[in-house]
Amino acid sequence: MATYKLELKLNGEKLSAQVLAHENLLSVMRNKLGAKEVKNGCNKGDCGACAVLLDGKAVNACLTLALQANGKEVTTVKGIGTEDQPHPLQESFVRHGAIQCGFCTPGMIVSSKALLDTIPNPDRRQIREGISGNLCRCTGYNKIVEAIEDAALKRKS
Amino acid sequence: MIEAEYVAPSNLGELFKSIEGRAERVKFVAGCTNVLPDLRAQNPAPMLLVDLTGIEELRRIEENNGVISIGSLATMTELAASEIIRTHGPILASAARALGNPLTRNRATIGGNIADASPAADTAPPLLALEATIHTEGASHAKREIPVEEFFIGPNQTVLNQGELITRITFPIPKDPSASSHIKFGLRNAMAISVVSVAVVLEMQGNLCHRARIALGSVAPKPIRAYLTEKELEGRKITEEVLESCAEVVKKEISPITDIRASAQYREHVTGVLLKRALWQAAREGENSTNGNI
Repeated sequence: MATYKLELKLNGEKLSAQVLAHENLLSVMRNKLGAKEVKNGCNKGDCGACAVLLDGKAVNACLTLALQANGKEVTTVKGIGTEDQPHPLQESFVRHGAIQCGFCTPGMIVSSKALLDTIPNPDRRQIREGISGNLCRCTGYNKIVEAIEDAALKRKS
Repeated sequence: MIEAEYVAPSNLGELFKSIEGRAERVKFVAGCTNVLPDLRAQNPAPMLLVDLTGIEELRRIEENNGVISIGSLATMTELAASEIIRTHGPILASAARALGNPLTRNRATIGGNIADASPAADTAPPLLALEATIHTEGASHAKREIPVEEFFIGPNQTVLNQGELITRITFPIPKDPSASSHIKFGLRNAMAISVVSVAVVLEMQGNLCHRARIALGSVAPKPIRAYLTEKELEGRKITEEVLESCAEVVKKEISPITDIRASAQYREHVTGVLLKRALWQAAREGENSTNGNI
C-alpha cells in the first residue's frame, strides 16, 4: 500500500515518518514518533485526550490526518513545559490536585494553554467552555477550573 | 482494510488536474471531524483523499456589494470571530459558536458541515434563513450556484455530484431594518447534537413583520424552511396571539423522528416553543442571537 513521507516539528524537534494516506495524527504520534503523552481515549473526537497544538491551535489529533500536519509544528503537553521548567498551568494543576488518574491531563493542559493564549484572564464560564472538549471522569472538573483560574492570576501578577 | 491515496493541491487548478479521470474515487477532506470517524465506522471502497487545507483561496470571508462570501474552508472558530459575519449574519456566528467544542471548532469547516448534510447540521438553519447560495466547481471547471434550500435532499444526501467541490457560500446582507435570532436547543452545553434548532430573519417595520424567513434543524429528514409559518406571520404584527398561531402552523410542516436525544412528540412541542422564543427575541431585541441550551 502507498505510503507518504511526513515531516513535522514535534515540540521543536524535526522528525519524519512514512505514513498511510488515511492514518490519523494520533496513531502516528504514538506509534511512529514515540509521543505516548498524547493519549488515545475514544479515537473519534469525543474525549479530547489526544489534544495537541497544531501551529498553535488546539485540535484533536484523532480527527486530523497525519499528512495534514506535514510541514507544521505540533506541540504536546511535553512541549508546553518540562519537568525542570514546568509551565504555570502544569504547576497549578499539581498544586490544586487537578489530576487524579491523569489520563485526561495532557489534553486538559493543551486546551487550557490554547485558552490562555486567546483569553489571558478568562472567567469561570470561559474556562468551562475552553475545556468543554475534554472529558475528565475523576475530578468533577472543579479542581481543574480552579487550577486554570489560578494559573491565569499568577501569570498576571 | 482501508485502501487510500492522498493528494494535497495548493490551488483549484492543481486540484482538478489531480483528480482528472479519478472523480469517482475522490473524497474531499478538510477538518476531518466527520470524515475520520466515518472512515473508521465503515468499510470504504478504495479512495483518493483530496486534502483541501492547503488551498488558501477557499479560506476568505469577505463583503462585496452587499453580498457576504464565505470560503468553504472557513472554520467554525473563524466564523464565530469574524467581524463581517458577526455584523451581517450574527445568526451564523451564533451557530458556529454552538457547534461541538473548541477542539472541533478549530477544524470543522462550513463547507464540510453543509456537504455532510446532517439533518442537525448546525450552520444549515442560519444559511437557509439568510437565503444563502452554495457555489460549486466540478470537473472541467463546471460551476454551479445552488440555492441552499435545493441543496439538501435527505439525511447526509445532497445534490453534489461525485468530484464536485463547494468553493464558497454567499448570502445577501438582509435589508434594513431587519432582525434575526438563532436558538440551538441541545441536551448539554458542549458536544451537543441539536434536539431542535431555529433560525429566523425578519424584515420589520416597528412591530409589523413584512417578510419572514424561518428555518429549522433536526425536525425533518433535512434542514428545512418553514414556508407555511412564514406566510402565517408576514403582514402581521408580532403579538402573543400571532405567535401562538405560528407555533401551531409550524407543527404541520415538520416531520420529526424519535431518536436517542428526544421523542418526535417532544421535538414537535419544543419546535413551537423555540419558534415563539426566537420570533420574540428577533422582534424585541433586534439582531441579538443566543444559544438556548438548557
